[in-house]
Amino acid sequence: MKKDIILAGVGGQGIISLAAIIGLAALNKGMYLKQSEVHGMSQRGGDVMSNLRISDNPIYSDLIPCGQADLIISLEPMESLRYLPYLNPHGWLIANKAPYVNIPNYPNLDDIYKEITRIEKHVLIPADELAKEIGNEKVVNMIVLGASAPHLGFGKEEMLDAIRQMFKNKGEDVVNQNIQAFEIGYNFKQN
Amino acid sequence: MNKLLLLGDEAIAQAAIDAGLSGIYAYPGTPSTEIPEYVHASKQAKELNIVASWCANEKTAMEAAIGMSYAGKRAMVTMKHVGLNVAADGFINASITGANGGLIVVAADDPSMHSSQNEQDSRFYGYFAMIPVFEPANQQEAYDMVHYAFDLSEKYGLPTLIRITTRLAHSRSGVIRKEQVRPQNSLKLPEDLRQFVLLPVIARRNYKKLLSLQDKLEFEAENSGYNQYIEGTNHSLGIITCGIAYNYLMENYPNGCPYPILKIGQHPIPKKMVKKLYDSCHEILVIEEGYPLIEDHLKGMLNLGKPVHGRLDGTLPRDGELNPTLVAKALGLPATMGLPIPNIVTPRPPVLCKGCPHNDTYLALNEALKNYSKGRVFSDIGCYTLGALPPLESINTCVDMGASITMAKGAADAGLTPAIAVIGDSTFTHSGITGLVDCVVHNSNVKIFILDNFTTAMTGGQPSSAYNRLVDICKGVGVPEEHIRVLKPLPKNHEENVKAIQEELAYNGVSVIIPQRECIVTLNKRMREKFKKQTV
Ligand SMILES: Cc1ncc(C[n+]2csc(CCOP(=O)(O)OP(=O)(O)O)c2C)c(N)n1
Ligand code: SF4
Repeated sequence: MKKDIILAGVGGQGIISLAAIIGLAALNKGMYLKQSEVHGMSQRGGDVMSNLRISDNPIYSDLIPCGQADLIISLEPMESLRYLPYLNPHGWLIANKAPYVNIPNYPNLDDIYKEITRIEKHVLIPADELAKEIGNEKVVNMIVLGASAPHLGFGKEEMLDAIRQMFKNKGEDVVNQNIQAFEIGYNFKQN
Repeated sequence: MNKLLLLGDEAIAQAAIDAGLSGIYAYPGTPSTEIPEYVHASKQAKELNIVASWCANEKTAMEAAIGMSYAGKRAMVTMKHVGLNVAADGFINASITGANGGLIVVAADDPSMHSSQNEQDSRFYGYFAMIPVFEPANQQEAYDMVHYAFDLSEKYGLPTLIRITTRLAHSRSGVIRKEQVRPQNSLKLPEDLRQFVLLPVIARRNYKKLLSLQDKLEFEAENSGYNQYIEGTNHSLGIITCGIAYNYLMENYPNGCPYPILKIGQHPIPKKMVKKLYDSCHEILVIEEGYPLIEDHLKGMLNLGKPVHGRLDGTLPRDGELNPTLVAKALGLPATMGLPIPNIVTPRPPVLCKGCPHNDTYLALNEALKNYSKGRVFSDIGCYTLGALPPLESINTCVDMGASITMAKGAADAGLTPAIAVIGDSTFTHSGITGLVDCVVHNSNVKIFILDNFTTAMTGGQPSSAYNRLVDICKGVGVPEEHIRVLKPLPKNHEENVKAIQEELAYNGVSVIIPQRECIVTLNKRMREKFKKQTV
């Protein structure tokens, strides 16, 4: 198996922990991994992305070539579009529906949704709303991860194991909250 | 074998710990910061009593590392590329004194300027100093090279330079550690106690020694294994790659590259290997992350030999970071491409955090300067540089660390009075104090704002050497006490702060205004940790 994944968002939204969980699932299967991250200036509310590459075979480049990403997973709708040049023609675009507005000229939301739904394989998930429904706004990224999971190439149990590993130091409660959120995303049906 | 998942930066740090490091010295700077941070956080390093110090600036860090090497122990000093400009005096002269204990300088370059003022290529500094330079291609090589660089440093009594770039620094991959942790050196001074005395008579002798070592360093580069000649079947082209450029090449040839490759990871340039490639191929392509250093050498001024392609003839872009797609184009391979970015996608530049103290300071400054002509605010490097962008648009310059105060002085001398300087607390102790001395000595009409948020925020909240010392430093330098004004930048204090600033603007002489309030990010982090402790 080989998956090239672009994780996108706004500095501070927590894309690194998403990458870490997928990375754990890959390592548990003995896969190779490269994950490039953004540190520095852009972390202050700018656009950020991470390239996550996992494969059964050794990986050379830390960066994904244009047109070869299997997935774009974005915690913010406009940010998901910024990386379209990287998506392969059969790739999935999974985006959180809730905008992060910290610029004065944020574009019209409906136009953004229109562009996203134009992508053949897309999931547009209202993760912020779903998180609010369970009263835990900290798990938005887990919901988006859940929605991405069917396209990541791992079994559901493998993903759950990785989540347990990731949060085990933070106690049972935190593990369960994150699993609950993951399930919500996993079971989300695009209408 | 157990693999650790490490950033390139972390691989270097872990390697140094495993290779018998005794001390690491640094001033933070993207993308180098995670090297010292890793050592600071390492339990192993603590158990081994490894010294890990944040220094006032890169020069003090460099000199502390040279001092540790003088005492016979292994030292590492890390910085971002522009930090090497600050440390250059010590760095270049350390190649003349030579090293005693192993000495590694790590410079992290930032092509494409993700978080920097320029994209200078630190390899040139290595050549300037005439010392071995390493360019790891991946995290594992970064780990392995540290051991070897310490060995080479001790074998020839020279400092060595490891040069990495952003992508390697901030990318994670599996790294296999060496099984044995090497013990630290014991205290052992140089045999010749005048080796480090660079009086002309000694410096000349040392310099001749450095020159005489060059052939040996090249021999090492040919035989260490970090420069590899990889034979190919198609000799119409020969390819030279440096550092991570090799990965971008191989990404394009998953089943093997048809052309011969010279993969370079260690300098000085292994000339014999270059000649072998040059002689056996019709044309040469040089792929290097950074400036066209090897390409330029190979081409020569008149470009009379075989065609040499790379950044200089437009085969690759002259500036910016490389990637697999650019390399595919350079090789004439069909590059894959997704969909274009829709027009509605707007740039999202970084911004000051909500509730950032700098924001309140700038709002007060903007209002206080309302009746003055524009263009008189000289600033510096840190989170507060974001005040250049709308909506604040408060500052007019950002050149190099410390330049705010000294540029304001020069402009005031030219008649632009009052000139305003805006500098962060960490930048002030990095290289602002000497500028303040100049201002005081010449009684320049400058108003210096030291934005004290108790931390080095831009690079992730490292401690600030200025903490709790600012007022005393300014007094000590000779700023009149009544013109050192400490403010608390909060919306509710706005009127009061504007008034204080206006009073100082009316005074003809050096004023220091210190808006003091903790960075929101470090404050939140502190609160979370406190909360965690209480609940445990
Ligand atoms: C010579 C040099 N060293 C390091 C850096 C990286 N750097 C940029 S800003 C900064 C920290 C500035 O801290 P401070 O002045 O306290 O401002 P803050 O970010 O906290 O507002 C650092 C370390 C640099 N640009 N140049
Ligand atoms: S990190 Fe701190 S200093 Fe930097 S913008 Fe945020 S609040 Fe301001």
